[in-house]
Amino acid sequence: MAKPRIKIPKKVAAGDVITIKTLVSHKMESGQRKDKEGKVIPRKIINKFTCEFNGSSVFSCDIDPAVAANPYFEFKAKVEEAGTFKFTWVDDDGEVIESEKEVALS
Amino acid sequence: MNLTRRTFLTASASAAVAAFFGSQQAFASLEDLNKALNDYTGGAEPGEGPLTLTTPEIAENGNSVPVSVLVESPMTEDDHVESVMILAEGNPLPDVATFHFSSMSGEAKASTRMRLAKTQNVVAVAKMSNGDFYKVSNNVKVTIGGCGG
Repeated sequence: MAKPRIKIPKKVAAGDVITIKTLVSHKMESGQRKDKEGKVIPRKIINKFTCEFNGSSVFSCDIDPAVAANPYFEFKAKVEEAGTFKFTWVDDDGEVIESEKEVALS
Repeated sequence: MNLTRRTFLTASASAAVAAFFGSQQAFASLEDLNKALNDYTGGAEPGEGPLTLTTPEIAENGNSVPVSVLVESPMTEDDHVESVMILAEGNPLPDVATFHFSSMSGEAKASTRMRLAKTQNVVAVAKMSNGDFYKVSNNVKVTIGGCGG
């Protein structure tokens, strides 16, 4: 699957609240659409997104079919120490997209 | 069956009626929405609070409508926003997404893009760590529906 795009500052001051933007390419087939023969196209969406920092959960999202294709999430995180943000997307078939970003203190 | 003019007309009329009711049922009823809301709040009545839901007044394309939620909160271990649920009244399924925050979030603010089938109300419900619920709703006018079909 496609490589996710993540926008996050590389260096932050301790205690700063930063904005993280993520986007991943995924069709997010809603399970509502029909093909030319009138058969329902089976649902296949990313149903869970999580963001962890040094192993503890910062933000997560339960996703339903009403989230647009190529799901985009923007959220905040408070950074007290240098470390690694880990982002995970899980889809209906159990496929997992993972990505990590290092953050250093300035 | 011989396709006479009469049988054709009856058949097409009933097909039209079926299509009409079919499309009506494809949208969530308020009951579905209230059920989703009740499952989330556990029966508690959500009140008004420092919850802001930002949506465009008019969405030209229902396939991708930006939506943003913000809850004023100190976001400490004892006093933070646990989660915010977004619901769409007029979609085939009312649930849109649920954001889960933590004390490491710093600020209970999150944005995404959603699909809207038609002009409708979008509802956000926030669950606080002390068990309070806040609710707010916005109307979004949709020019082109976004749920396919």
